[in-house]
Formats: sequence, structure tokens, C-alpha cells
Amino acid sequence: MNWSSLGEFLDMGGYAVYVWGSFGVCAAVIVIELWSVAQRRRTLRRQPLDDLDERNDMNERPLHEA
Amino acid sequence: MSWTRFAAPQRFYPLAGRAIPWFYGLAVLLTLVGLWIGLFVAPTDHQQGEAYRIIFVHVPAAWMSMIIYLAMAFWAAIGLVFNTRLASMLAVGLAPTGAWMTFLALWTGALWGKPTWGTWWVWDARLTSELILLFLYIGFMSLHAAIDDERRADRAAALLALVGVVNVPIIYFSVKWWNTLHQGASVSLTKAPSMATTMLWGMLIMALAFWMYSIAVALSRTRVIILEREQHTRWARQQLGLA
Repeated sequence: MNWSSLGEFLDMGGYAVYVWGSFGVCAAVIVIELWSVAQRRRTLRRQPLDDLDERNDMNERPLHEA
Repeated sequence: MSWTRFAAPQRFYPLAGRAIPWFYGLAVLLTLVGLWIGLFVAPTDHQQGEAYRIIFVHVPAAWMSMIIYLAMAFWAAIGLVFNTRLASMLAVGLAPTGAWMTFLALWTGALWGKPTWGTWWVWDARLTSELILLFLYIGFMSLHAAIDDERRADRAAALLALVGVVNVPIIYFSVKWWNTLHQGASVSLTKAPSMATTMLWGMLIMALAFWMYSIAVALSRTRVIILEREQHTRWARQQLGLA
């Protein structure tokens, strides 16, 4: 273990801004990206969809023929 | 039955849906182990002090920025040559994750450069070629978004992705080919790693975590893209709960 106290850990030997600025932005990007994918799916549900095209529907055929 | 049956978006969709939780689970597990090693086990660097700990996110993000580009260009090429729609959707699904990884590599690199080199940015070969990678991702996404016809957009963006592939070896070998401020490769196949064992393990485990996360989020996005493009079919509407 490198740290004798929480304060020492958070201080990162005086490089706190650089180290936590790196780890923090990585965490933020992950949150933003996950949220944006979920949001894209929600948007698709809400908007009016294209017309249903029965010809393209593979559910109408047995799977091994599709 | 063969592996090509999963080239149908309708079949790939549930398969990816089953795989995604496993990739997220592995990503969380590996991140916890990697952060533990990186922040608590790995010793202080005798030259850079604690600032070197940025390596545990910088190197994984930089590796993924290049690997995702290669994967994106590969699937774009498959879509272009074999006219398979799912391959093109995968390429489009990978692009934003690759762009985010490139941004993170540049961001964490700037935060590492300031305390160790005394500057946030220099126009040297490694940094400039990585910035070009970000522009290639943005160009790929913009070009694809600018063309209404999806298949035409797939083909045009695929060409751009393929031309841009030349940049990836330039990034990788830039520290050898040119005199740069950026240090050489910490890990290579031909010589022993130039770092302490625990540092190396922390970095490799974090890289694996980034890998698992990238697969999970790119597959999630590709599933949404499949639904967007297949919204005229009954099965896609059922997936959206609208049929």
C-alpha cells in the first residue's frame, strides 16, 4: 500500500489535478456515452416510424428459409 | 447452418443482446481489479512520482483508439465488398466509441504532458497523428450523417475509413520514425517491457477492461442502429414494444 491516509491518496503526490483530471474525464465519457445510446433508443420509440413493409418481414417465413 | 446466418440483423440482434451483459460485467470486474493495482499496489515512479498513474487510463484509451479504427475500417470494407448491411451497421456503431477513446487519449495525454514535459501540447508526430485520427472519426460520422440514403452513406464513409487506415501505422511507429517528445513503446513483442511488473499488470488489465467496455457499448449502439434501419419490419417493432 502506497498511502498512509485518504488525504495523501487524494493529493497524489501533488499531481491531483492531472491524475484525477484524467480518471475523472474517463468516467464522465463513459457516463455520457452510455446515456447517449440509451437516449437514442428512447428517441426511436417516440418518433413516428416508417411504414410497415410486410415483404421485408422475415418473421413470416420459417427461420431456415430466411 | 453456418456463421453467416448471423449476418442477418434480425438474428444478430438477440445474439448481441445476450452477449452485452457479459461484456459489461467483465468490464466492471476488470476495471475494479485494474484500478486496485494501478492506484494501490503499483509503486510510485522514481522519476515521475504519482503523475505516471495516468498511464492506467492513457495507454488503454490510446490502444483502443487505434484498434477500434481498424475494426471500424474492417467492417466498413466487408460491407463495401460483400454488400452486407450488418457489417456497415457495425462500422457505424463503432465510430463514436473510437472517437471517444481518441479524445480520452489526447485529453489524458495533455494532463500527463503538462507535469512531465512542461506543456499540454506539442505538434510532434505522435500527438499530431493521433489528432488526425480524431478528425478521421469525426469525418466518418459526419459524412455518414450527411447522406440520406443509408447504403450510399455506408459506401462513401467506408471509402473514407479505408483511406484513413494508413494513419494507424503512422501513429504506432511515429515514436520510432521521428524524433518526438513522446516516449517509445512501453510494451512490445520483441523486447522485455520497460516498466515494473505491477505497473505492467495494472496497465494490461485496464486495457482489457477498456476492450470489454468498447465491445459492450459498440454492440449496444449497433443494436439501436439495427432497429432504426429495420423499423419498417414487424420484428423490429416488436423489439421496440410497438407492434
